[in-house]
Amino acid sequence: MKQMNWKELPHAGTILEAGNAHNYKTGSWRSLKPRWIEENCIQCLFCWIYCPDSSVTVKDEKMTGFDYDHCKGCGVCALECPGKKGNKAIVMEKEGK
Amino acid sequence: MPITTKTVAVTGNQAIAEAFRQINPDVMPAYPITPSTDIVQRFSEFVNNGKVDTEFITVESEHSAMSAAIGASAAGGRVATATSSQGMALMWEMLHIASGYRLPILMALVNRALSAPLNIHGDHSDGMTMRDCGWIQLFCENAQEAYDNMVMAPRIAEHLDVRLPIAVNLDGFIISHSIESMNYITDEDVKSFVGEFQQINPLLDTDNPKSIGALVLPDYYMEHKRAQHESTLKVMKVVEDVSAEFGKRFGRKYELFEAYRLDDAEVVLVALNSAAGTIKDEVDRYREKGVKAGLLKPRLFRPFPYEKIGAALKNAKAVCVMDRADSYGGYGPMYMEIASALYPHRGPALFNKIYGLGGRDLMPLDVDQVIEETAEVARTGKVKMVKEYITVRN
Repeated sequence: MKQMNWKELPHAGTILEAGNAHNYKTGSWRSLKPRWIEENCIQCLFCWIYCPDSSVTVKDEKMTGFDYDHCKGCGVCALECPGKKGNKAIVMEKEGK
Repeated sequence: MPITTKTVAVTGNQAIAEAFRQINPDVMPAYPITPSTDIVQRFSEFVNNGKVDTEFITVESEHSAMSAAIGASAAGGRVATATSSQGMALMWEMLHIASGYRLPILMALVNRALSAPLNIHGDHSDGMTMRDCGWIQLFCENAQEAYDNMVMAPRIAEHLDVRLPIAVNLDGFIISHSIESMNYITDEDVKSFVGEFQQINPLLDTDNPKSIGALVLPDYYMEHKRAQHESTLKVMKVVEDVSAEFGKRFGRKYELFEAYRLDDAEVVLVALNSAAGTIKDEVDRYREKGVKAGLLKPRLFRPFPYEKIGAALKNAKAVCVMDRADSYGGYGPMYMEIASALYPHRGPALFNKIYGLGGRDLMPLDVDQVIEETAEVARTGKVKMVKEYITVRN
């Protein structure tokens, strides 16, 4: 993304485009990465509710995976995941593994 | 065009309250503090008696007063407030937010010493600590100037090239509480001069959602500050234009600074606000004695018109800068500005007197001593002490 110079900034730095935080990719902040284990997923959507970003992708009311461009790897989803019969559907793994 | 004014005998605070009534801001959040209390107290009566449409917000502190002013201004309203000393100090962190968000908030700052020791009287230690807060700062010699500057303030702050908050400074008690003869402009004339408030990206325009105050990291912070400096520089031309229009309509002329008998002056004093009145009398007396004395009274302190003030002072033989505020262990704040303005000219011998802290009177005799010493420095070219305190018991 080309960076604006000081003459190009909007007045007072006001953000006029709602939701443009999506254009700012924060995935590189991550050191731990959530991995989805689909067979253990009961589609409770706790991960989607708890995600402090909006990095759990959902389609037709079903969890489909993660938006790794924005997930910062906080691990809240993995912590909250009830899994199936004690087996987590989300586990945190070292980035780059 | 006829000059439509009426002569009244009022205090500086009354004059400011009257200007606020005529400006009729949308919102006034305020917290009382001596010596500015009188302004908001009078204004609250205007609110109570239906003389203005202003939403008056009684807040729990000055920090909240400035926070509410920022919120109301960002929402899209014209906002005014008044404070002094510790009150301004408590607003301090929010003052930067107001200028960084480019909100044209109007403030009357009735100058008062900062504690400790506790003191309620007039000096410029509050105004000087506001120097780097990004506000436009105007200083006023008397009630007339305070009133006129407040009438001009919305036009300067709200100008589309500027959009910055503005503080109109007047000396606590000496001006705020002394009754003087002055002229009011009629309500209709003030209204037409000030004009309608023009919004820029108001938060209450909910059909167009927006965010203000986003986090800016090292990759963008400096660009924002550079842009803010540029807008602040544009203030000088706007102040000149608005003052020229004001002079044309109402007959009173204002520049970025006042040059009093300065053209051929060799012995020059520099001072802000009410002290300038006393100094003018003494300059006249010394002129009669054949001393080429003069005064430069800055009106616009931020942004500071370095080039014009430097040019106005460069031909003097000696300049004494009188500061009614101190920088402990440093030179007085106005001295530092004047020294910067004169540096390119390698001009007159320059020195600094600190006077009148905490409302200590500056008497004509004190001014005479300064003029005598400045004349001596003009003659010999030698400054004995760069910074010295006067009106103090040694």
